[in-house]
Amino acid sequence: MSRVTRFAGRDPGATARMAGFMAHLRENGLRLGVQETEAALTALNFVDAAHPAETRRALKAICTGCKDEAQQFDALFDAFWMDAGRVRTKVMPKMTVPTKGDDSVHSSRNAKGEDAGGVGDATAPEAGQGEAESDGEGKLIATEMRNLSRRDLRDLIQPEDIAEAEAIARRLGLALRDRRSRRRVAASKGDRLHFRKTIRRSLATGGEPIRLIQRKRPDRSRKIVALCDVSGSMTVYAQVYLAFLAGLMRGDFTADAYLFHTRLVRITEALRDKDAMRAIGRMSLMADGFGGGSKIGESLDTFAHTYARKFVDGRSVVMIFSDGYDTSPPAHIDAALATLRKRGCRIIWLNPLKGWRDYEPVAAGMAAALPHLDRFAAANTLADLAALEKELVTL
Amino acid sequence: MTSWTDLKSALAAQNYVASDDLAVSLHLALSLQRPLLLEGAAGVGKTEVARVLAAAQNSKLIRLQCYEGLDAAQAIYEWNYQRQLLAIRASSEAGETGKQVEDRIFSREYLLERPLLAAITQEQAPVLLIDEIDRADEEFEAFLLEILADYQITVPELGTITATTVPTVILTSNGTRDLSDALRRRCLFAYVDYPDRETELAILQARCAGIETHLAEHIIGFVQTLRKEDLEKVPGIAETLDFAAALMGLGISDLTADPAALHATLTTLLKTQSDRAHITTEVAQRIAGKAA
Repeated sequence: MSRVTRFAGRDPGATARMAGFMAHLRENGLRLGVQETEAALTALNFVDAAHPAETRRALKAICTGCKDEAQQFDALFDAFWMDAGRVRTKVMPKMTVPTKGDDSVHSSRNAKGEDAGGVGDATAPEAGQGEAESDGEGKLIATEMRNLSRRDLRDLIQPEDIAEAEAIARRLGLALRDRRSRRRVAASKGDRLHFRKTIRRSLATGGEPIRLIQRKRPDRSRKIVALCDVSGSMTVYAQVYLAFLAGLMRGDFTADAYLFHTRLVRITEALRDKDAMRAIGRMSLMADGFGGGSKIGESLDTFAHTYARKFVDGRSVVMIFSDGYDTSPPAHIDAALATLRKRGCRIIWLNPLKGWRDYEPVAAGMAAALPHLDRFAAANTLADLAALEKELVTL
Repeated sequence: MTSWTDLKSALAAQNYVASDDLAVSLHLALSLQRPLLLEGAAGVGKTEVARVLAAAQNSKLIRLQCYEGLDAAQAIYEWNYQRQLLAIRASSEAGETGKQVEDRIFSREYLLERPLLAAITQEQAPVLLIDEIDRADEEFEAFLLEILADYQITVPELGTITATTVPTVILTSNGTRDLSDALRRRCLFAYVDYPDRETELAILQARCAGIETHLAEHIIGFVQTLRKEDLEKVPGIAETLDFAAALMGLGISDLTADPAALHATLTTLLKTQSDRAHITTEVAQRIAGKAA
């Protein structure tokens, strides 16, 4: 706390510094306008502005709008006021690493491109029971075959293909979401009159039906919650799955998305970015921020015990994109999915490996998950994803 | 109030222990006359802060409990249709012209005030508590925007009613759904978390007069450890207070002394069947032993 930024003599004053701080926050993903800057300056009149802790609390109340922002605010405040001055530092929490769109998209895509060649090793199952061989073979055969007819998802890193993935994501979203109830209930905006209620209500006004009550078929829409594995073995597929997620989020404002690797991160906010490429860039950065192996079981467990309590109910469909290669014991996956299942949701597991010839879900993690799934499907080409639409309608 | 520490002590005088973050946010909300959005888990004292603030300021508390399907008629205003009809019948006998009748029945006299309208037409500025805003529909948030930004309400037949006094608005949310950006932008924000050990101890001692220090510390230790367990419904402060009251009522002064009695009082902390099944007598004893 004792480290306080020394501003240069030519510094234009407190107002400009506050504007600079707001720009700094904006650059880091907080949505703030001119009005907030004004409010922040006014607020400082009401607290002891020379006292860092008080200023921090006051600005926190003004500039943040939700729990996530409140949590990242302290780091941003320190970065700007405490030692680094105007210079942006890289000590932001991982949740919040949105930088300028162009950079991130390029860097992440380049990174993906480089990775694509040498990932065969990474997909070898770590808990494999003599299965590594067939795994390697299957992959080769699959790519050879597919190149003739359909393309494997890993080729899909062109923007227009991402747009296509988005279109499919939208269609899937629609297939899941259009669920209107058969019955009609009273509603302020409905398509038919609700006679019984209208007449009952008219008693209060001496038999004059002044207020017309209507009824409609209420939406029983399904909410999509997507969890995407971005561990080493999934890297080749990650970019496209992420594009798919981006499409899903942009077409459906109730959808919810998470990434997991060795831990779980909620990316719903990042994906709501209006610029599709920038959203993917922000998200790819989050995905890149992780290292090492995958802890599917623990991540799902975290999800089942935190976010799921808030966001998952009987009308949710939980989609898990993962190859099922897990470094933690399979009992974890089993327990996590059982807990999740109790919330009454549907669980779909999309496994890129399932599209390969002769694939059997023998990896311990995958085998543990199978009993809890409503659908276990392949998804390593866009055609596979598109084909899901029919299946989802019947869920 | 001159500074946030004054506000904090004013709240403390009403037996409410506010964290520094919360006190500063409240102070700013009062000074800047902006609404304050409080988010946090159930049972951490979000609603209570509004009640206490009203008591500390000696002002009226107007509460609007939100629920799914809440509409303008229940939240803002409604015309008194019965009275209007009676007036029309009566006036037709008296031979008034249509214009006169219309002017009369669409006047303030025939307007039923609901909480939001009531809040901006008070003599003395009240505290307006909009509770669990996340339960209301998104449409309702849109109704709120005009009121929260300009403190005015537009009634199409009557014109715009501007506030006589600006109420202190406190919104609470449990975070069951994301609120719209437009609403968040208009509010100051504070996240109310479960209190730390010292704060919770202070709350317990403020609320349960005459509790022994030793027992209070033990209870807080127990509850704080219990919150780290894998529970479906994590106990809030309200539950802690119930728990303490139950123990004092039963005359228990040592948590480890009587396992059966402790297990029985856990009913005040654990509110679901699976949580009760998860925290068995042995587990409760282990936690109590750790807390002692």
